[in-house]
Amino acid sequence: MARTFIYIVHRSGVVDDSAAELRAAAKKIDAAASPTAILTGSGPDLDAACNSLSSSCAEVWKVANAALAYPNAELVRQALVSVLPQNSILLVQHDHFGIDLSPGLSIKLNSAFVSDVLAIESVDGTSLKLVRQEFGGQASTHVRCDISAGAVINIRPGAFKPEQNASISGAVIDKSSAVGALSARRRYLETIAAESGDVDITKHSVLVSIGRGIQEKDNVALAEELAEALGAAVSCSRPVVDAKWMEKSRQVGSSGKTVKPKVYLACGISGAFQHLAGLKGNPFLIAINKNPKAPIFQVADVGIVDDVLEFLPEMTNKVRELRGVAAK
Amino acid sequence: MEILVCARRVPDTSENEIELNTAANDIERDDLVYSVNEPDNYAVEEALQIRDRVGGNVTVVTIGSDDDEEILRRELAMGANQAALISDDAFAGSDGKGIATILKSFVQKGHYDLILTGVQADDGAAQVGGMLAAMLDYPFASLVNSITVDGAKLKVSREIEGGNREINEIDLPCVLSIQTGINEPRYVGMRGIRQVASTPIPTLGVSDLGIDHAAVGQAAAKVKRIDYFVPAASKGAEMLHGSREANADRVLELVAAKGGLK
Repeated sequence: MARTFIYIVHRSGVVDDSAAELRAAAKKIDAAASPTAILTGSGPDLDAACNSLSSSCAEVWKVANAALAYPNAELVRQALVSVLPQNSILLVQHDHFGIDLSPGLSIKLNSAFVSDVLAIESVDGTSLKLVRQEFGGQASTHVRCDISAGAVINIRPGAFKPEQNASISGAVIDKSSAVGALSARRRYLETIAAESGDVDITKHSVLVSIGRGIQEKDNVALAEELAEALGAAVSCSRPVVDAKWMEKSRQVGSSGKTVKPKVYLACGISGAFQHLAGLKGNPFLIAINKNPKAPIFQVADVGIVDDVLEFLPEMTNKVRELRGVAAK
Repeated sequence: MEILVCARRVPDTSENEIELNTAANDIERDDLVYSVNEPDNYAVEEALQIRDRVGGNVTVVTIGSDDDEEILRRELAMGANQAALISDDAFAGSDGKGIATILKSFVQKGHYDLILTGVQADDGAAQVGGMLAAMLDYPFASLVNSITVDGAKLKVSREIEGGNREINEIDLPCVLSIQTGINEPRYVGMRGIRQVASTPIPTLGVSDLGIDHAAVGQAAAKVKRIDYFVPAASKGAEMLHGSREANADRVLELVAAKGGLK
């Protein structure tokens, strides 16, 4: 069995939560072995992250280089090509960094690449049977990946349940000297923080959230009327922001806000995993969608197959009726 | 600036209920509504806007069959200068690396300063742009949501977590994968498409591109799809099947009970 590595993201000396998920995924490939963690970075932050991981990984490979202080995928790729043994299997989280890093890395390593993997079903000699999704989560598929020359596999966030492991005393191994001078034709300049909007959707206990099913900008008012009647706020999924119907500050998802409402009304939202990633705290999820195959119905508590353009005004009327009665 | 955009024709997931075919080796393709892969359309619009600011040409290329020509016509109608269809039976079953290999051959037949792809297509893999860049040894940035041209460099913004934006400087030539929302793609009507109906679109195959047969297609693929399947039912939603009015009553009760009305 080829050696399995997990690439660990860390910030300010703190290891990202995805580390435990990647370890769980690695166990599906080789239950007997402890995966080797690889961390790139520089200075005391990197040391702190490596030390904290050594209580859960038998080996932690530290790759320190001043050029890696910020994780520029182009530089990280060069470093990993220098450090990884031939035919290694490397697991990376499928997020904005994994998308940036892994496809090109697989070419430079001359190994296979599989993107956005949800499950590892079986290992058969030099091939893995993996589960992915296509068509925005509307279809699942098994893929076979030939790992005889190694593989880079991007793991979907949240797909693998971390296991409780007893604390161990692993070793941090400094691999920095394997990396030569690093330079890239892409240079990181700065990070610009998201703008805060007029309404802070993270502070609301009920969200009326709209997706592509709202169809046009004028229909956003239908959600606003319901939200106003309920004392809730309107949030949205990515297509609504792409179409410029709502501000980015209203977007729920991995590239938007993370929210923890008590109730989430998903109106015309298909339920892409990037959207669901922004929904924390296990809210009561009510989904209304025209498409009975929409993935949102897999995760919702209550579902209604209906056109939100018809359903939202009906709901608003109901709330107003109730309020009218209550006022008497 | 010479700009190449790699685009694909895909089933429009916002317009279709995706079902598996009886053999479970594909989705049911009859009666599907197809369109340009959404991020690719944003990529074409971005290319047109850059060309209109700094001059040059926009070429749109796709790999597929005769059916896929319709998206090339659409992108020509948007304003692309030229288009090419890459089509050959030998490409069937190619994995992401195979597709990137084919595109690399096409790129090397021309001279492009900037190559754009959409961030991902219907398979959600988000892989071809990064692979192509690595094969060409060009710098790459993914999830790009703004581009400013600065001489032989670009300033690009990448979409990262929480709505934050990572600003990078990148040298030309380079490959970028474009995120949706970067611009507002122009509308194309039937009339516009009719106006480019006679624009010639060359079709190129393995021999035109000088591609090694062994590097593409099913035989070369290290990643192969085995089947499509319906996942074992998760808990799933409790579906309400009442009238719209009854459903609204029930939802209101639930909202009041679980979240409270203000």
